[in-house]
Amino acid sequence: MDDAVAVVLFVAVTAYAVFAGADFGAGFWDLVAGGAARGARPRALVDHSVGPVWEANHVWLIFALVVLWTGFPEAFASITSTVFVPLTLVALGIVLRGASFAFRKSLFRTSERRALGAIFAFSSVLVPYCMGAVAGAIASGRVPAGGEAGDPWSSWVNPTSIVGGLLAVTIGAYLAAVYLIWDARRLEDESLVEYFRRRALAAAVVAGVVAFAGIFVLRSDARYVFDGLTSRALPLVVLSALCGTGSLVLLMRRSPRGARLLAAGAVASIVWAWGVAQWSYILPTSLEVSAAAAPSATLATLLVVFGVAAVLIVPALALLYVLDQRSLLPEEGVGSRPAARESTPTS
Amino acid sequence: MSTLSLSGAGILAVDPVPWARAQMAFTLACHIILVPLGVSWAFMALVANWRAIRRGDEDALLLAQRWSKYMAVTFAVGAVTGTVLTFEFGLLWPKFMGTWGAAFGIPFSVEGLFFFIEAIFIALYIFGWKRLRPWPHFWTGVPIVIAGIGGTLSVVAANAWMNEPAGFTLNSDGEVTDVDPLKVIFNDAWPYEASHMLVAAYLVGGFLVASAYAVGMLKGRRDRYHRLGFLIPFTVAAVATPIQMGVGDTLARWVYDNEPTKFAAIELVPETDSDVPETLLGRLSSDGEVTGGVQIPGLASWLSDPGTGTSTVVQGLDAFPADERPTTGEVNTVHLAWDVMVGLGTLLFLLSAWYWLAWIFRRDMPRSKLFLRIASVAGVAAVLAMEAGWVVTEVGRQPWIVRGHMKVEDAATGNEGVWITFVVVVVIYLALATTVVLVLRSMSRRFRGQADLVDTDVPYGPRELLEEPEQEAERIGG
Repeated sequence: MDDAVAVVLFVAVTAYAVFAGADFGAGFWDLVAGGAARGARPRALVDHSVGPVWEANHVWLIFALVVLWTGFPEAFASITSTVFVPLTLVALGIVLRGASFAFRKSLFRTSERRALGAIFAFSSVLVPYCMGAVAGAIASGRVPAGGEAGDPWSSWVNPTSIVGGLLAVTIGAYLAAVYLIWDARRLEDESLVEYFRRRALAAAVVAGVVAFAGIFVLRSDARYVFDGLTSRALPLVVLSALCGTGSLVLLMRRSPRGARLLAAGAVASIVWAWGVAQWSYILPTSLEVSAAAAPSATLATLLVVFGVAAVLIVPALALLYVLDQRSLLPEEGVGSRPAARESTPTS
Repeated sequence: MSTLSLSGAGILAVDPVPWARAQMAFTLACHIILVPLGVSWAFMALVANWRAIRRGDEDALLLAQRWSKYMAVTFAVGAVTGTVLTFEFGLLWPKFMGTWGAAFGIPFSVEGLFFFIEAIFIALYIFGWKRLRPWPHFWTGVPIVIAGIGGTLSVVAANAWMNEPAGFTLNSDGEVTDVDPLKVIFNDAWPYEASHMLVAAYLVGGFLVASAYAVGMLKGRRDRYHRLGFLIPFTVAAVATPIQMGVGDTLARWVYDNEPTKFAAIELVPETDSDVPETLLGRLSSDGEVTGGVQIPGLASWLSDPGTGTSTVVQGLDAFPADERPTTGEVNTVHLAWDVMVGLGTLLFLLSAWYWLAWIFRRDMPRSKLFLRIASVAGVAAVLAMEAGWVVTEVGRQPWIVRGHMKVEDAATGNEGVWITFVVVVVIYLALATTVVLVLRSMSRRFRGQADLVDTDVPYGPRELLEEPEQEAERIGG
């Protein structure tokens, strides 16, 4: 049963990476979109694209944290005690990002919007970097078992953590660019399609290079995970590489629909490769999944909750994404024109 | 110290426990202001929405639409400040989570479901106005209300469990070896605490939203739109307030029966006795004497159990070892918070009674300016009452984090840099609070003066570049 709960945990982490990762990546493109005039249209697309879905996507993080602390309390205590600094930055970054994103739409002056937009974009890069660094700390065995604190600095300022952080930022940017091509096409904006297509290609290449370089870093710095990646997790690594290459080819041949799926597949399989590579440890190589697991009744409860989530949440999420993709969720309220319902019954 | 402290220098290494407590208290106190809006505002918007569709009421429609736009801001801020609390469980209280996570986490896993539902449907509701048809759109709002109620009941289950821990088996090392999930969630304190908080969410949310429209009416905006904007939330609050009196009274009696140290702090009772007076204000001095305040003879005993009246025995603080009950300072905090909560609650009850009497006798809300003046501060008063209530629950439980099992000082992180994160958090939250208020006000101003403004709905950039031909035409045409 502890295995099943670990799987649930990784499903949540994967969903967070594939959905919320793209929301963070969209913030990255917002950050590098240039001055207020030049960046206006890409930023408008980012806003339009992230607006309705980011909060629902964000819940996967809460869900993953709750599964971790309920199912594997000792691991949670060790992680939060050790990587206190990057996790604090993550929490504060999420506050700044979410709040500034919500605010900037509600403000009118360009200067105010620009200041909040900058906070949104900067924290969109900081948060995934820190999360990747935390993953690196865990993968490289720098988080000790027993709810003890490891080194507060070197645990997350080390080669593996740097690779993890860079990888998180770049794959988020890559995912986001691929998704944004789709959204730009939906809005029939050909120049933005091309804008994000070029960026998606660049991000894919950078993410690929970081991932490839990362393998060598892991070999010297995170041996257990490296051995896992090159043995039992190898099929997943290959799958990820194939998906990534495939999406690159489709991008070059201007076929964004398939590219989107393959991009998500590449990210999901790299997350799973990490999980399989560090199996059977939750904290390599000091704490096994089975040793960290909560009593069986707690684990059973988590599985039941996950089952209910699969029945209730998945269709609801699907509804949200489908309506969003069909442009039925265009903006908050009805704009600010008082003639309220005039345009409502068109659909 | 085996590792470097956060600062890298011993001089900046400070005992983390008081700072961890301060940070948790501060972030929770901020988050809890947004909770009632998250829980009850969707309900009020749906009332307006229902009216709009059923009766073709344009004012109600406009209210529902604008409320949903405000909700987008308050929900987003509530979601991220709630996330901070999630992280803080681990960052500030790793030993608590490491030991008790298997039990304490269960209500949160259920809450996760409700949070999902809330986040999904609030997006559908807020973004769906334009393109969904009226009734399907209305129904996308209903799950938000249900999820708000479910979420409240789950989160408070976790807090109630800290007061009344149940549903686990410990081994000789004090490790949790078995858990009964249902006993964890439905612990003995849960029905009382959860219903108290749920009613509070509607009470506070109602008074808070209504107070904004009371201010508007006082400024002379007495149109039907403002009247409706006042009536819907105020009615919700005026229904919730009398219910809250009953729920609160029942909870207090449960605390008398089950949490005697908290009750002794609430009633300021140093020594076990019968015929205990109800002390209004006043304080406990360090030598264990009650000084100051107004004492009503026998009332605390009588209220604790009207069946036995003034001869009811109330256990005093002296019945418990000093290290298992709140300190003198904490006792005074609890007692003052209690007086604030009950005092403000009573005033809000009188305000609600005024409202109902006017409806009964005159079929209209009270017309006097005095009523509107009081109503315009009722929102802040309700928030203060709720904050005071949480102080009573939390400080009254001290020194325990899990009552009878783990003390707060044993639960905290060993990280000596917490004081730094506390300072950073306070600065960020103050900026956040200021911005929330400014944004909500600027939205309100924009809604009022919108005739000459077009909402670009584009993140930022010079407006002339963003105007699309269609909008341009609308502006010229309209």
